[in-house]
Amino acid sequence: MLSIKNLHVSVGDKPILKGINLEIKPGEIHAIMGPNGSGKSTLSHILSGKSGYTVTEGSATYQGKDLLEMPPEIRAREGVFLAFQYPVEIPGVSNVYLLKAALNSIRKHHGQSEVDAMDFLTLVKGKVRLLEMDEKFLYRAVNEGFSGGEKKRNEILQMAILEPKLCILDETDSGLDIDALKIVSEGVNSLRSPDRSFVMVTHYQRLLDYIKPDFVHVLANGQIVKSGGAELALELEEKGYSWLEDAEASA
Amino acid sequence: MATANSSAYIERYADVASLLCGQNVTWLQQQRADALLRLTEHGFPAIRDEDWRYTNVSVLDKQYFAPAQKSASAVITADWLKAYQLVDAWSLVLVDGYFSAELSMLVDLPEGVTVVSLAEALQDAQYATVLEGKINGAVSQDENGFVAFNGAYFVGGVLIHVPAKLQVSKPIQVLHIATQELTAINTRSVIVADELSELQLIETFVGLECAYLSVAVTEVFVGQNANVTLHKVQVESEKAIHFGGTYVKQARDARFRHDNFALGAVLARSDVHTDLDHASECELNGLYLGVKRQHIDNHTRINHLKPHGISRQLYKGVLDDRARGVFQGRVVVAEDAQKTDSQMNNRNLLLSSDAEADTKPQLEIYADDVKCAHGVTVGQLDEKSIFYLQSRCVDEETARNMLTFAFANEMVDKVKIKSLHDLILGQVLTRFPQEGINKEWL
Repeated sequence: MLSIKNLHVSVGDKPILKGINLEIKPGEIHAIMGPNGSGKSTLSHILSGKSGYTVTEGSATYQGKDLLEMPPEIRAREGVFLAFQYPVEIPGVSNVYLLKAALNSIRKHHGQSEVDAMDFLTLVKGKVRLLEMDEKFLYRAVNEGFSGGEKKRNEILQMAILEPKLCILDETDSGLDIDALKIVSEGVNSLRSPDRSFVMVTHYQRLLDYIKPDFVHVLANGQIVKSGGAELALELEEKGYSWLEDAEASA
Repeated sequence: MATANSSAYIERYADVASLLCGQNVTWLQQQRADALLRLTEHGFPAIRDEDWRYTNVSVLDKQYFAPAQKSASAVITADWLKAYQLVDAWSLVLVDGYFSAELSMLVDLPEGVTVVSLAEALQDAQYATVLEGKINGAVSQDENGFVAFNGAYFVGGVLIHVPAKLQVSKPIQVLHIATQELTAINTRSVIVADELSELQLIETFVGLECAYLSVAVTEVFVGQNANVTLHKVQVESEKAIHFGGTYVKQARDARFRHDNFALGAVLARSDVHTDLDHASECELNGLYLGVKRQHIDNHTRINHLKPHGISRQLYKGVLDDRARGVFQGRVVVAEDAQKTDSQMNNRNLLLSSDAEADTKPQLEIYADDVKCAHGVTVGQLDEKSIFYLQSRCVDEETARNMLTFAFANEMVDKVKIKSLHDLILGQVLTRFPQEGINKEWL
């Protein structure tokens, strides 16, 4: 699905990622954990195509294609979805309009016709119920005036409708209370499938109580310093990140 | 001293006097003579006038626009008219300033409601009491050179009167159509809404593809507790010059709303001035879209004269290519106007590095217990929003168009009259690249 090899990324002259290696196979859930400033968000941004970053070395291959060469919208149409840490408010563009524009872009990209209006509404309303959202949200401007939890739920709604292959969740748990966290997690879990992979970028372990990862990677100073199974997250919760950073410094 | 550009109109006035309406009305003749005198004294405005510092009208030096004569031929086809004449409204049509009975739709007006051409009203004694003191009653001939020019030169216009307590069931449209190359069209409209009445009005300015000068002055008298909404849709020909002034007197507890869509003309200036009495309210909305070399100037003035008045202003501008947009908003709160609540906002979106927005909000407050706020922004599209849309499969160009459209659409969506909303939406969409904005979904 996704193969990252020796990826180095800078912002201006400042190196942020210093040689990331990561293999993600279909159906797997990978958690990327790490302290603030370790490069977690940079990793999710570079995978989704945000500008302002320079790749100085290495590669990212997605389904056999050079991911880093594609403009953001092509990545999205090819099935890469970034759930934003801070979803952007877009006054004047309704949720339902954006969903339809996005879905039709994907269909067009794959040589399919535009979605039928009735089928679309049935699909969308089903997903809205799944995420326990109010249908009124569909007709409101994208994220405008939404609470933190509503914005995150809206991200998952988009994901549920666009059915991406590679989902990158950037600090999805931040700003969520426990009820919202449960609903969002259930939404994500319902999307798990053998041909869909997830990369969850998170500072805290608590999201992983609800979405169980297959692999956990610890990012520190722009490198993956430790990888393991789900149990690694618990260890981090207990000991914090400093023992890993110390170990790296002394190594 | 008359400026060079106004002197031609003064010298040739005698030649055109026979075109003007109300020639046998003594008081009007007196006012016209007075107007000509003012024009002689002041001329057209110059950029040294503070209110005109961003708008240079020296183009009038180079080109004389002869006062339009009544057009003999019916050059307007039904199909063309259909694009601008609202189906769910009564409409009075002025062609080159002259009333056209055959194009107007005025059947079954509610009992007591007057919608009549100004030329006719001036000839008919039954309208004398309504008209008395109204022409030049809401605006002084000293206001600026164009008001004086209009006062001397108007060939026609409209009188609309709604009697007390009557709510007019459908909107009334005044459709101004320009058809003749290099002509000057001067119209005067008088709107009188008596106490407790309600009126929705649309002024549409449109022209065939030619260069002309359109000068329109509208005076509005909103009676006590009356409620008037006036939509101005300026979609003049792209070679036209438009000067339009709306001057309003609001009585106690009167409500007035003005939606100003300034989309057409190569050079356009719009003034909206209102005087607020005790506890009256006004809402002034505006959208100006400039492309190519358009210059669109908007000038508002709200005079809070008495306590407890409320005013709200939101003007938005979208400027592309080498277009220039101007917003000058002035709110004056008189010493007596305690508890005034006033907000003024102007937001500009620049789509090109050669586009320009000039914005100047002014508050003059002489009372000490008031709530007044103003805010101004001039900016470009938000890169974060563009990336967000791209990450949702939308290509960059479409994302930019979507965001631009959304910015403008906030003002279009305020219009609740369906046919008018669709007309304006269509006009907005033709003026900006809408590639990727799927109309059917809107």
